[in-house]
Amino acid sequence: MSRATLGWVVLGWIGYALLPWYGFDSAAIPSFSDYVVGGSGLVLGLRGGAWWLLPIIAPLLMALRPTFASSRHSDSDWLVASGVLGLALVLLQGFTIGLNGWTLDILKSLFGEPGPHQAGMGYGAALTSSAFLIVLCHGLAARGWCRGDAFVTSSIGVVMALIIVFVFFPVSTILGSAFADNKGNFAPLEFVTKFMDRSIWGLDCVTSDLRCGVAWNTLFLGVLVAFGTTLLGLAFALIATRTGFKYKKLLRVMSVLPIITPPFVIGLALILLFGRSGALSAALYEWFGVPRSRWIYGLPGVFIAQLLAFTPIAFLVLIGVVQGISPTLEEASQTLRAKSWTTFLTVTLPLMRPGLANAFLLGFVESLADFGNPLVLGGNYEVLSTKIFFAVVGAQQDQGRAAVLSIILLAFTLGAFWLQHAWLGKKVYTTVTGKGDAGIPLPLPRRVAAASYLTAIPWALFTVAVYAIIVIGGFVRSMGRDYTPTLDHYITAFRIEQADWGLYFSGSAWNSFFATVKVAALSAPLTAAIGLLTAYLLTRQRFSGQRAFEFGTLLSFAIPGTVVGVSYILAFNVPPIEITGTGFVLVMCFVFRNMPVGVRSGIATLSQIDKSLDEASLTLGARSFTTMRRIVLPLLRPAIVASLVYSFVRAMTAVSAVIFLVTAEYNMATTYIVGRVEAGEFGLAIAYSTALIFVMLIAIVAIQLAVGERRLGRRSASAHTSPVAVQATP
Amino acid sequence: MKLRTNFVAATMLAGAVSAFSFLSAGAAQAQGALVVYCGVQEEWCRGMVNAFERETGIKVSMTRKSAGEVYAQVKAEAANPRADIWWGGTGDPHMQAAEEGLTVEYKSPKMGELQDWAVRQWEQSKGKTVGIYSGALGFGYNTELVKSKGIPEPKCWADLLTTKLKDEVQVADPNSSGTAYTLLATIIQLMGEEKGFDYLKAVHKNINQYTKSGAAPAKAMALGETTVGIAFMHDIVTMVVDKAPIKVVAPCEGTGYEIGSMSLIKGAKNLDNAKKFYDWALTPAAQKIGAETKSYQVPSNKATPVPPEAPKLADIKLINFDFAKYGSSDERKRLLSKWDNEVKNLPK
Repeated sequence: MSRATLGWVVLGWIGYALLPWYGFDSAAIPSFSDYVVGGSGLVLGLRGGAWWLLPIIAPLLMALRPTFASSRHSDSDWLVASGVLGLALVLLQGFTIGLNGWTLDILKSLFGEPGPHQAGMGYGAALTSSAFLIVLCHGLAARGWCRGDAFVTSSIGVVMALIIVFVFFPVSTILGSAFADNKGNFAPLEFVTKFMDRSIWGLDCVTSDLRCGVAWNTLFLGVLVAFGTTLLGLAFALIATRTGFKYKKLLRVMSVLPIITPPFVIGLALILLFGRSGALSAALYEWFGVPRSRWIYGLPGVFIAQLLAFTPIAFLVLIGVVQGISPTLEEASQTLRAKSWTTFLTVTLPLMRPGLANAFLLGFVESLADFGNPLVLGGNYEVLSTKIFFAVVGAQQDQGRAAVLSIILLAFTLGAFWLQHAWLGKKVYTTVTGKGDAGIPLPLPRRVAAASYLTAIPWALFTVAVYAIIVIGGFVRSMGRDYTPTLDHYITAFRIEQADWGLYFSGSAWNSFFATVKVAALSAPLTAAIGLLTAYLLTRQRFSGQRAFEFGTLLSFAIPGTVVGVSYILAFNVPPIEITGTGFVLVMCFVFRNMPVGVRSGIATLSQIDKSLDEASLTLGARSFTTMRRIVLPLLRPAIVASLVYSFVRAMTAVSAVIFLVTAEYNMATTYIVGRVEAGEFGLAIAYSTALIFVMLIAIVAIQLAVGERRLGRRSASAHTSPVAVQATP
Repeated sequence: MKLRTNFVAATMLAGAVSAFSFLSAGAAQAQGALVVYCGVQEEWCRGMVNAFERETGIKVSMTRKSAGEVYAQVKAEAANPRADIWWGGTGDPHMQAAEEGLTVEYKSPKMGELQDWAVRQWEQSKGKTVGIYSGALGFGYNTELVKSKGIPEPKCWADLLTTKLKDEVQVADPNSSGTAYTLLATIIQLMGEEKGFDYLKAVHKNINQYTKSGAAPAKAMALGETTVGIAFMHDIVTMVVDKAPIKVVAPCEGTGYEIGSMSLIKGAKNLDNAKKFYDWALTPAAQKIGAETKSYQVPSNKATPVPPEAPKLADIKLINFDFAKYGSSDERKRLLSKWDNEVKNLPK
């Protein structure tokens, strides 16, 4: 048995015999010694009457057996058996014995009510369970799974367990309610009637001027937005990597701005610009007599707002891919006398397919899950995400209906996922190899360049206009009515007073501001780590159940935030895992909601990197962890940046998922802003949002600096403008 | 092997450390002596909490959400309630929670000081929820837009049917907003179900948008995005106080109203403190905080001074609103699906 395995067995014992098995009891604070040893599973089992914890000794002892009587043949069997039995016992007692006694009716009738009761799991239980899991994975590795690589099996085990606990478990609790009536009884017929409703699938808009079903609306908007964002993202990515455009840096910053803008704000800015009394509408009316109208409310408004919001995601995905395309292939094409347009069409574009498909998928899914923009700008154009929200909190208060709508939304997302797979097929997109690659990226064909400029630059200018409104909005009394300059909004939100004992943060926003930064800063590295590890497992390892695994990582992304929020409460408010009301539940919620972006961008980048690079490293004697650290991770830098930035930003700007999870202590900035918007204090909302934007900008720059750029052995495209530089490069 | 172990161990450790700091923070919060879910505007919630803490020394943890969100959360947490008291927000979700047994009955010694409508709310819910403020439904119009379009100033519900107001009226969608459901119930009680639906179908031709949130039409009016907005009058008054060119109208035919309510959560961990808050929230001293924080509802304690800006309930023709009938979930579902099929899907 290896020392690592032994280490985990020891940790399992520590969790069982030393650390407190249960979480804090809210009634009293125990003294330290009571809490640490006295609260452990072993002591409670022996003295505290918690007899159901005693059987867990058996698997812990089984795990020790290989240490004392090692034999090559049976070691792995003992480890696997110990892990499986241990996990089973922990789960069994956790789910059958609840806060108020037995949780199952059968047990109640067998052993009488209320039966034993217990609180939620604490550190001890968590540590022991993780130890069982790792021991199981080590055992499987010893039996030859994944070529006997314990790192790989453990990683798969850990990621899978996390996905099961934080995605499948909560989601299944809420989807179960799709088949129940309002009182919680099983009612499959009700599901059918809810599912077939005309307000979901109606096609009246094709034949008359009535409204179509909400499912079609959502689908139409999603496809439109996905096309738009992919196109714009590609234009930006091409300009940023393949042209000598002077203001690339500026372009990059501007294209990233919308992603760091809290929701509602883009919608608000669009209303203030294009609404009936908006700045631009007023100008058009006064100068050209264009009648003021309400066109912005509905499909056009939501479409523009989502384009603004999600183009950066497409850009972030595509820039890594465009950078990674090997110029050698393009040069080969040119040598064979292909025109630059033909080269672009037959070589460059096909090589971008993984990126394009991923960008499209993300755009589509984001549009489906978006909640803030349809809420502000939707008008009478209804989409599933808002419909779900109001099925839960609206006047109908029908959780079953929300679950049915979520199932439809989920089906769309998974359909897109499947289509993407079908399109990419089994082709190879490797372009970053270990071979010397001295080509210079070709300048873009003229019409492609022109098209890129023509789409990107007006769009960039439009973005500037939207942001000008946002910045100005924080400094005037009331945007749209009273343009008297004022600092009141900032003072209300961010006042700091000098008290006798130091600085006193008396502004109304500080509380939520600190909580948000803390949660975002914690969840970003976790998200990136888990996301990239998953991407590595998915692309570099082969194991059974890989598709299901990949599907699991996408699931939480596909489900609208509201549903995730409610499902987290349903799943994590009662033992065995009782974590609502803590910051931890917020962090976990963000990690698993945002992880798919890390996975996607990781996969897109990894599928370009030749496996022979890893193999070379392994052949030279490096271990798989060293290979990952020294070879794969440096090449993954764009993906690391993308997932770090994205998860940090998302944690700061998400609304619908957290609206049910915030507490007095962990109030998030966005829920505070939504409250301000509800109260009609647009000025304060915009001021706070501007402050958040600055924080996120600083964070992004810091992340870029900390992670650094990926250096590929290629000369830059702009080099050809200065031949001296080219000659100087060896 | 060693390096790999280190990597896994380091990840685990980082996770554990972050989990530790958060779990302990969460536990500390659970020690809080009173947990309030607050269903009105942020300032008002804060004002209430600060005043209560100052007066009693009990530490309050307050979370602010809209009434529907609080209801959804209380329902989701029913197995292990986090909150002790739910203060504020429109009465329907409170009634719903009472119907579903999510809240408990309580008779406050202050009941005698309350207005009749507050006591009636308490009786109809079998003592599980009590009125703390009320506000009448009405509409408002943007004076500048009315003048520039030459529309006669609307005074009654019937005036909203004029063709001059085509695409100029805004109201929330009753499926998502309690405000709009109050309108639906009010019109039916005023005109009878059949005529009421005829009226709603006629108004539908003038509606430019069914918003999600009940107060949104008030904001849209202030910005000039719509000429007429139907909402609770106190929400419109807030815009007027903010110097928006809006006039508030109490419809001449009479109108319905909401009763903002307060309920004790079943299984509350700090029930005694929750009762203290309950009693205190019914006193004039607590109820006048609303007006101080720019919320102009009519308070339920007879002795509380009514804010001068508030729409005077005495000047408004209030209907005898049947909260028990129109608050019941069956009737609500029936009316909402009828509205969906007969009104919302009509062509304009």
